[in-house]
This record gives sequence, structure tokens and C-alpha cells, in this order.
Amino acid sequence: MATYIARRLIQGVIVILAVSMICFVIFRYMGDPVVTMAGRYATFQERAEVRRAFGLDQPMYIQYVRFLWNAAQGNFGKSYVSRVPALGLILERFPATFELAMVAVGLAFSAGVVLGVLVALKPYALRNRLIMAGSLGGISIPTFLIGILLIMVFAVYLGVLPPFGRGETVQVGFWRTGLLTVDGIKHLILPAFTLAMFQLAVLLRLTRAGMREVLAEEYIKTAWAKGLPPRVVIFKHALRNVLIPVVTITGLQFGELIAYSIVTETIFQWPGMGNLILTSFFETDQPVVVTYIMLVAFIIITMNIIVDILYALINPKIRYE
Amino acid sequence: MSKRHIQSRLLASYVRDPSAVIGSIILGVFILAALLAPWITPQNPYDLEKVSLEHFLTPPVWMEGGQMPFLLGTDDQGRGILSTIIYGCRTSLVVGFSVVLIAGTFGVVIGLLAGYYGGWLDAVMMRLADTLFAFSTTFMAFLFLGLFGGASILVVIIAICMADWVRYARTMRGSVLEVKENAYIMAAKATGAKDIRLLLRHLLPNAIPPIFVVVAVDLAVVIMLEATLSFLGVGVPLTEPSLGLMISIGKNYIYAGLWWMIVFPGAALVLLVVGINLFADWLREELNPKLERRA
Repeated sequence: MATYIARRLIQGVIVILAVSMICFVIFRYMGDPVVTMAGRYATFQERAEVRRAFGLDQPMYIQYVRFLWNAAQGNFGKSYVSRVPALGLILERFPATFELAMVAVGLAFSAGVVLGVLVALKPYALRNRLIMAGSLGGISIPTFLIGILLIMVFAVYLGVLPPFGRGETVQVGFWRTGLLTVDGIKHLILPAFTLAMFQLAVLLRLTRAGMREVLAEEYIKTAWAKGLPPRVVIFKHALRNVLIPVVTITGLQFGELIAYSIVTETIFQWPGMGNLILTSFFETDQPVVVTYIMLVAFIIITMNIIVDILYALINPKIRYE
Repeated sequence: MSKRHIQSRLLASYVRDPSAVIGSIILGVFILAALLAPWITPQNPYDLEKVSLEHFLTPPVWMEGGQMPFLLGTDDQGRGILSTIIYGCRTSLVVGFSVVLIAGTFGVVIGLLAGYYGGWLDAVMMRLADTLFAFSTTFMAFLFLGLFGGASILVVIIAICMADWVRYARTMRGSVLEVKENAYIMAAKATGAKDIRLLLRHLLPNAIPPIFVVVAVDLAVVIMLEATLSFLGVGVPLTEPSLGLMISIGKNYIYAGLWWMIVFPGAALVLLVVGINLFADWLREELNPKLERRA
């Protein structure tokens, strides 16, 4: 087991290094940092000075090592646009994204599993057919369209929920939260629902499929035959085994969650990291882009390693050669 | 079971399943409309000579101020919504089928080789696939396009392919690993069959069924992805028709109550994807031997 964990960690480090190399190339070659820093109208001499001051005249590998060294210390340079450290700019936006994502995942997971179990128990009941039809809608409506339709209905026509922004927030230590004010929660409802939808439908269908397969197994028949109450058979014997892949998928869908949070944040003008990265793309603000990619890579890879290790712990069938 | 038997069984279950039939009819109608676009639309919304600003923001014909031939109204450039939708579906389908074909072929080949030969090829390719998969197709395609800019439909197709092939490679590899264990593969090897024959004649046809489901699901996913990327402004350029772009333009008029600029392209997109997914659902149930058949 220890070897398995060590191996996964080493793989993670290799991936991070690969990502950092790509980021270095983006930073160095996509848009000229010298022009950006010295200004378009700088003289040749001024440019040379900037080049020297930032070490851009050094050999490539030295520049890369320096980039890596700085990155390890959280120094990714300053945003070309707002002239403040890129990492600070992104971390400032982190709480907004984190709160939105966590509420959405919680919503998707609980609703998805509960509905999935319900549907699997009586697949052909009318109500459950309707739920399945709804879930087909859930995977067939792209996130951005859900968001816009929700704004149309609840903000424009009914006028009951705010269409954009994060509302009133409260500073708790270093964390700025929107979960402690009524206004903040009102602002969270539509974006959280939008972001939850893609996962909810997937988790529902996964739970349903898993439950249907497990419920046909011999050991479940034995459990029924023993006269165990349905609650125990369904939740303790069946659902437990189904939950392993469901939890795994939830963890592995982190990349998608981040992708769709970009979409959601853009539609609702949510002041999070996703919103920032899209504007940074349009402004070719490479330090912010690079910082964002490194941070997201780090988060996703860490999540994956955690999921893999947990999975290996739960499932004894996995061999860690 | 003979091949013919399987075919007739598939056909019988297809005819019996209304959702499969409805799904493929929807997809068929969309494909037909996209192919016939220049002949069935009253104007080519991307031909500047045919579009006139004086018709801008016209509501659908049944509303006050609506006028023919703009059945579903017009957008802020005076382009007919219905015509633009039909041309937009063209883009959706071209991107969808191109990606499925290119990424699918590449992924299947990689999966086949990795699964059969194992070793360093398997290790490297699958590590790469795992990593891309962890970042998700959506996120990778977004990054590629954000960095390189969506200059044309071709760039969009390439970017999505670069992120999407892993879906096929992983499925194919898993399937090959399973099929490889069968006695007939052993037997073929024992007769001294060459690798190429083994791969193409025995492994490929037997390992490929799960890929069909992936193709069907992926087509829907890619079409939604193209719309999403275009909506965000990193997808197809403004000069090309796209359902995602239409909705993104419509979003500017959401408070003005010009709902037709969002609802109609949105409905077209959802209908197309639902059609594909209905078909995919049937295919999945049909190819999964573990599920009991419906009575």
C-alpha cells in the first residue's frame, strides 16, 4: 500500500512538472513579456534593460528553473492588466468559486443518489419514468442554457431572484463568504442550481444503473429471503456497494466541475476564478492564465490521488503492484 | 449466435423501442435540414447581400410586428432566426461528426495498440489519457481554445479532438484487455497469425461494440461542447453560424424581453441532443448484456 501511495504521488509530481513546463512555454512565448512590461513604445535600450532585469536574456533552462523556483514560492509575477501579483488576484476570487462549487456538488450528490435509488426500485412506475425523462433533459441541456433560462424565468419574468453577482458578503478572517447573509444565499440559488444540474443527472443515472445491477445479485436475494427489512436491504446491502463508484465519479468529475464553473460564473457574473480566467484569456494576461492553470492542475491532481487512494482502501480487489 | 441473428434481434428491439425510433427520426430531420440548408431557408443569414439591418429584432410572425419570411423573428443584425438556426445546426453537426470520426479513430487505434501490446506504449499513453481525462474534455478544449483563439471551425474541431480522443482510447483499451483473454485469440495466435491480422481480424471487431455507445453519447457531448465554447466566445468566430453564438447574442437582449433570440436556438440545440441521447440510451441498454430485457 505504501508503495502504491508513493507511486501515485510521484506520478502526480511528474504531471505537475509537465504542466509547469507547458505553462512556462505559454508565459514565455505566447505574447512577448518584454513588450508587455516595457510598454509598446519603449526604446530598444529600455527593452534590453527589462530583458536583463527579468532574466529573459538567460539560457532557457535557467529561465525555466527560475520560473519553477518562483512558482514553488507562489510567485507567478504580476498581472499585465491590473499590475498586482497574479496569485493574490486569483486567491481573492477563490472563496466565491469554492462556495459555489461545494453547494452545487452537495446538491447534485444528495438529490442524484436519492432519486437514483427511488427510480431503480420501480423502474417502470410512471413517476419514475418521468424522473428519468427529466434526467435525460438534464444531460441534454447544456449548462449555459440552463443558466440563461433560469435567469429569464426567475429574474426577468418573476423577479424573485437576483440575476447576477454574489450579493452581500461577510469577511470571516481571510475568507469572504456569501453564505451568512440572506442576500448572499439568494444570489447563490440560481448559479448553484445551474452548476449542479450536469452532475445531478449523471449521478442519478449512475446510481440507478448501479442499483439495478446490484439488486439482481444473489446476495441481495439472500438478504430479502432472510426477511431483512427493505430499509436494511436497500441502504445497507445494496446502496453501499453502489456508492463506491458514485463517490469515485463525483471526485473524478472535479475537472468538469471547474470547467462548468467557468460557464456558470460567466453567465451570473459571479466574482470567482472562472470569470477571471475568461477575461484574462481575452486580455492575454499570461501571468494570471498561467497561475490559474497551475492552481487548477494542482487541485485536480490532488483530488485524483485522494480518490485513487481511498478507492484502493475501500476496494480490496485492487492490486497495487 | 450468428451475425444475422444478432442483426435481426437488434432490428426487432429497435422497432419495438419508441424512444430509439423517435431519437433517430429527430437526428435524421436535423441532418436533412442541415444538408438542404441553402434550399429550404429563405435567406442565407451569413450572406451580407441578403441580410438587411432594417429587419432587425423582428418578433416571430404570430406576434405583433412580425413579418414573413421571418417565421421565428430576427436577431439584432436582421438575420432570420430560423434560417440562422438551420445554418447553426450545420456547424453543430459538422463539428460533432468530425470530432467523433477523427478523435474516435485515433482513440480506437491507440486503445487497440495499448491494450494489445502493453508495455511502455500502454504506460505512456494511458498516463496521458488519465491526466487529460482528469482535467475533463470540456476544460481542456476550453484551455486550448482560450490560448490559441477560436479562429475557425477547423481550430474548434482540432481543439476538441485533442481533448476528446481519451474517451475512446480508454474504452477501447478496457475492451481489448477483456477480449484478449478469450480462447479464440489464443487459438489464432497458435495458428501463427500475424499481429496485424490478429489486431484487425479478431480483436478490433470483437472489442469494438462498447465504442458504438461512446460514439452516440459523445456526439451529443461534442455538440453541446461546441455550443458552450462558442457561447463563451472562445469557439467558432462571429462570422460563422452557431447555436451557442446565437444564444450569447440573445443574452444581451434578455432584459428587453426578446425571448425568441434565446428560446428558439436553445430549443433546437436541446431537441438535437435529446434525439441523439434517446438513441444512445437504447444502444446502451441493448449492448449491455448484464441488464435484463424489458418484458
